[in-house]
Amino acid sequence: MFRYLLVATLVLAGWAFGQGSILFLSTQLRPLEEAQKMRQVILNDFAGRVEFLPEDTSVFTDRVLAEVRTGRVTVSLLGGLHGDFPPLLRANILDPMDDALRLLSDRRFPRTFLELAKLGTNQTYYVPWMQATYIMVANREALRYLPPRADLNTLTYSQLKDWAANLERATGRRLLGFPAGPRGLLHRFFQGYLYPSYTGSAVTKFRNPEAERMWREFRELWRHVNPQSTTYDFMQEPLLAGEVWIAWDHTARLLEALKQRPQDFVAFPAPIGPKGRGFMPVIAGLAIPKGAPNRDGALALVEYLTRPQVQIITLREVGFFPVVEAQLPQDLHQGIRMVAEAIARQASGSAALPSLLPVGLGGKGGEFNKVYLDTFARIVLRGEEIRQVLDREAANLRRILQETGAPCWAPDPPSQGPCPVE
Amino acid sequence: MRREALTPYLLILPATLFLLLLFLAPVLEALLLSLRGDGGWGLEAYRRMAQDLYFGNALKNTLLLAAVIVPLQTGLALAMALLLQGLNRGKDLFLYLWTIPLGISDLAAGILWLAIFTERGYLNSLFQALGLLGEPRLWLSYETPLSLFLAVVVTEVWRATPLVFVILVAGLQLIPKEYGEAAEVFGATPWHRFVKVTLPLLRPSLQTALILRTVLALEVFAVVLALGGRNLPVLAGEAYFWYSAYQNPHVAAAYAVLLLSISILATLGYLRLLRTPPEARP
Repeated sequence: MFRYLLVATLVLAGWAFGQGSILFLSTQLRPLEEAQKMRQVILNDFAGRVEFLPEDTSVFTDRVLAEVRTGRVTVSLLGGLHGDFPPLLRANILDPMDDALRLLSDRRFPRTFLELAKLGTNQTYYVPWMQATYIMVANREALRYLPPRADLNTLTYSQLKDWAANLERATGRRLLGFPAGPRGLLHRFFQGYLYPSYTGSAVTKFRNPEAERMWREFRELWRHVNPQSTTYDFMQEPLLAGEVWIAWDHTARLLEALKQRPQDFVAFPAPIGPKGRGFMPVIAGLAIPKGAPNRDGALALVEYLTRPQVQIITLREVGFFPVVEAQLPQDLHQGIRMVAEAIARQASGSAALPSLLPVGLGGKGGEFNKVYLDTFARIVLRGEEIRQVLDREAANLRRILQETGAPCWAPDPPSQGPCPVE
Repeated sequence: MRREALTPYLLILPATLFLLLLFLAPVLEALLLSLRGDGGWGLEAYRRMAQDLYFGNALKNTLLLAAVIVPLQTGLALAMALLLQGLNRGKDLFLYLWTIPLGISDLAAGILWLAIFTERGYLNSLFQALGLLGEPRLWLSYETPLSLFLAVVVTEVWRATPLVFVILVAGLQLIPKEYGEAAEVFGATPWHRFVKVTLPLLRPSLQTALILRTVLALEVFAVVLALGGRNLPVLAGEAYFWYSAYQNPHVAAAYAVLLLSISILATLGYLRLLRTPPEARP
């Protein structure tokens, strides 16, 4: 009861303060079309006046830093990816949001997300806003060949291999696919899915025996992968063309297949490895800078944006998925619904092991990704000796982390100084 | 009098300035960029380039592609140009038809041929319709480097032969008919006329065509990217990946400098080999 009263007060306060508008600076929804959707549709029912201002990450960071340092803060609410916030926290200009979170306890954010929102401290610095991630999609034809006792929602990596092997035996074709093309996102698969699932780490255990076993098994799995994978950038295309029947990719790069032919495809969570289900949520959050001119208005806006029905509107309008428990409406497109359900199943459950997009690498992000892709190319495509490759590429990884000084990010435990490669 | 002597220099001044500003300056810039690293000046970028996973293959593929494509295109273009000369009617029609690929961008050409060679492309469909293939075959995967290489060769030949062809047609038209007729009077066979009259007189055009095509062949990029992605690494492609995907302009510049050096060497080679002695100039 007390809680509802508080929420009501908050909403009212928000309305009152909303008379002075809320400047909402965001690194997300930058494309003009998405920004317009935000202003005209998503924010439509909000009581206050919001000035939604999407900016490039570098502009976003510079502006907030400059405003707080000069003491003339105009921004009240910040919207960004998880990785956009650590630089602001390091400069000590984020206001803790535990008070806001207490009022939003009925929203049921996944516990793992709330843990991430602490940015490695014991206070909460942002409220989860929306998410995208990488999941699996399969052609319904392929389901007949699932190994016995395998369940799509709790598939393991070795079952995935058996499944692909069954498919190859039955059809004579290699029907598992990965986006290993020049603009594909395969590096995220290694960083956020395979490595965490097998080693519980993405960086520190890069070359340990578990990683060695992982690469050995993945090389086995790759024997059943469509060799055209090295030209695939977006998996929705080979799925629609029937060139592959099972694929892993970013939700935005799979959605078209599910939207066009929802009756032909199923979406499901990524497989589980010995250490759990590694997955990489792309989480966007809402934070408030210190000295925000309209903190109450910003809190009211956070409350509004995390309402289940607003989260559904967000999904429908800009394709980002809810971070709260939201009843999906009947008329939601079946393809989008399947993805939303797969995402929810992937993030919940005891095996869930979320990894973050790399944090703090600055301009070295590309070379960081290259280490994982080169390791893959050497071991899997060229069949080089695993131990030697891992040792050699670990040196590259170490150099990049030393040069940037980036401390570890989840799932690796926080480090003092640059993240070490054991 | 003095002003007249100056006129030619004044006339080439804009072009010279243009080249200095938009060619030499970027070249210098790239050179400096490749010699500067995160830790100061040095050859770090070149070391990383040479040690990279794709460097050896990229260098090999680039040189091999140029070595296969350029002679093939020159021979084909020469044959086409001579055929065109021999035509009495419909000359213009064939000239236009054969130069159509010139108007198509290299990326578009790559995508066009991708539609032919891909798993469910026209080639496999044709073979299946003829009963030559049961299941579609992969031509462009990392497991079939030879057919991927050949696909790139075919596409490049289709796309860029017209360039050589146009230059050679122009060159052939410059050769006075009287030489050929004179040779004929002395009883030279068509083959002799070609080898002893046409070919030597075509030398300057051949030189231009070879230099242009070799430099362009060394820069091959979009066609390879469209057909093979990263399966067939080439130098220009590596420069692109280092710049855009790995965000390391230094190593990208090192690749660019390497490409430039190879191009300059090739050009100097052609200039020497196909030099027309002054007394032989028409």
